[in-house]
Parts: sequence; C-alpha cells; structure tokens
Amino acid sequence: MNPDDDLVRDLERAFPRDESGLLRLHTRLVDAAQADGVLDVAYCTTDSPVGPLLLAATELGVVRVAYQSEDHAGVLQVLADRISPRILNAPARLDTIRRELDQYFAGQLRNFDVPLDWRLSTGFRRTVLAHLSDIAYGHTATYAAVAQLAGNPKAVRAVGTACASNPLPVVVPCHRVLRSDGSLGGYLGGPEAKRTLLALEAAA
Amino acid sequence: MNAKVPFERVVAGHGATVLRVCRAVLDASDADDAWSETFLSAFKAYPELPSDANVEAWLVTIAHRKAIDVTRARSRRPIPVQDVPDSRAESETDDRDPDLAHALSRLPAKQKQVIAYHYLAGLPYAEIGAIVGGSPDAARRAAADGIATLRRTYPGPTSRKDSHEP
Repeated sequence: MNPDDDLVRDLERAFPRDESGLLRLHTRLVDAAQADGVLDVAYCTTDSPVGPLLLAATELGVVRVAYQSEDHAGVLQVLADRISPRILNAPARLDTIRRELDQYFAGQLRNFDVPLDWRLSTGFRRTVLAHLSDIAYGHTATYAAVAQLAGNPKAVRAVGTACASNPLPVVVPCHRVLRSDGSLGGYLGGPEAKRTLLALEAAA
Repeated sequence: MNAKVPFERVVAGHGATVLRVCRAVLDASDADDAWSETFLSAFKAYPELPSDANVEAWLVTIAHRKAIDVTRARSRRPIPVQDVPDSRAESETDDRDPDLAHALSRLPAKQKQVIAYHYLAGLPYAEIGAIVGGSPDAARRAAADGIATLRRTYPGPTSRKDSHEP
C-alpha cells in the first residue's frame, strides 16, 4: 500500500537490534550509575539448592532475598514502589552475599555477616526478625519461644506473620522457627525449602 | 501513587530502539556515547517522570538533545582534511548509494532525525514536532523530503533482489 514500504523495511534492516552492543552499554550504564551514587537498588538472581533466588541491595546493604515462588517480577515492583524505581540488574553489588550463600549452601558458613538494609520490615515484625539470629545455626525454636525472645510472649501469631513476611529469608533464619508440636509450620519458600535448609544445617 | 516499573524494564523495553535511533542520527562511536548519556540522564530523572508519560517519546527527546551535544563536541575537535566530503557527490551517478545507513547519514540533520524518530522509533509526527522544534506538519514534510532523497540516492537491494527470486 505505502510506496515507502520497501524503503522502510530496508531502513529497519540497516539498523538492526544489536544485542551484544546493548549488553556492553548496559554494563556501562550500571558502572556510571554506581559511580554517580544513583543506583538505588541493584539486583541479580542466583541459583541455589532451594531454587533461583532474587537478591537485591541498596547502598546500605542487602534489602531483599526472594524465592521464585514469591514472584521475582512482583518483588522488584514492590521494591520500585517502596524504595525507588532506580533499579538495575547489577550483580557486582551482590558479589559478597552470593559468595556467602554459596558457602552456606556448601555447609561452610554458619553466620552471614554482609550488611543488611532492614527498611522493608518495621515495628514488632522487625524486632522479631532481629531476634531470629539468636537461634544458632543447626538449632530450632518454637514460635512461642521467639515471641518470648522478642519481649511479647503472647504475640505468637504475630511471630508467625513476621516470619511469613521476612524480606531476607535464608540470611535471617526464619526457617529455624517451628510449631510447638514440633511440626514444620509454614514457610514463605514452601515446606520443601524449609526442610532442605534444616537438613543442611543438621548435617553440617 | 506514582507507580513506576523498575528502570531495568525501561532499558529492556526501549534500549534497543533508542540505540537504533542514535545510530541513525550519529556515527557508531558517537551513537554509543549518546545512548549512554541518554540512559544515565533518564535513570537519574526517572523518579520525577509523571507516571502517565510516554516513556519512549521521553527517551527519544533526551537522546535528541544528547545527540546534538555529542555532535557539537565533535565539531569543536579538529577534523582530518581527508574527511571533508568530496564534491563528486554532486553528479547523479555518484550520488547513488547502496548502503542505506550511509545514504541516510548524508541527509540534512533534521530530515535524518524525523525519519529515525518516525520510522525506527514509531513516534507520531505530533510528538516529533515537539522534539525537534516545529509543527507536526513541518516534521512530516521533512520526513517526506528525506524519503524522496533516499528513493533517489538508494537503489534498494530488496526490490532488486525480490524481482530475481522465485
């Protein structure tokens, strides 16, 4: 129909998509954003025995670890809404946490010591999560015991909610919290992931 | 609520198109610089962008300004004498150019820009007029003039090839 059709098609061919050029330019963008101090959130995904994990960090520290079942795209959108939309896939900032996770899953690391950014957790939930590190590697505690640790023995259900909304699973060990009857209880990464982590820690 | 997708999705969605546009209006190394400056500048300003903005038009607007900056910076640098275009291009036969990218690069800047923004980025002339400074009709005319020149200078490999293929 359009007399320009051939020319337009040739024009599109004369300037094809350049995937390798884009990769190079993406790296350059990440480096420049990092250097200018405007990379508010850097993220990457990493494989693990409990499935692909999304890792995200602000300049303060690791802010989010997410299981695939939590929907990585949805998690990134929440980070955009709650922290900043200046988010790039920038694995370099996650090098330390990735190395520590690899060591943890190899049974060679008992305590994570990367800086954490706690901003996604507030109030009593944050108090609860902060006390989870009191449960030593390879040990477990009941929701009731954690409520006691957090200074509010009656808030057993709130402890469950805090664990279910843990923004930093694996690193902040909500998998070490079990029901009073010894059963597994819920887990945001699914019961299989919880069993895997507990078995790993028991064996190491 | 100012809901915005993570900027990574902006790069994934529009990075390729903006790079093609930069390469259509600039030479290759300048195009990479213009792309880099466009996306860094966009990244910084992104939180303030109204959530109903046309992201691609916004990016092309920034790229347009960055391309002008890059071209100005280049024109201030000394140019080797042999890079001056030769005057043989005046003659009708020498004017024909089988390399469409090169034929496009020889168009006046505004024609090159409106063709890139319309045919490669798919922007309507109303947006393009605002980007290059002028009315939508003026943008449409500049594109038509540029296309007319290309139809004269570029012999068109597809049309010739197609006629020989079964």
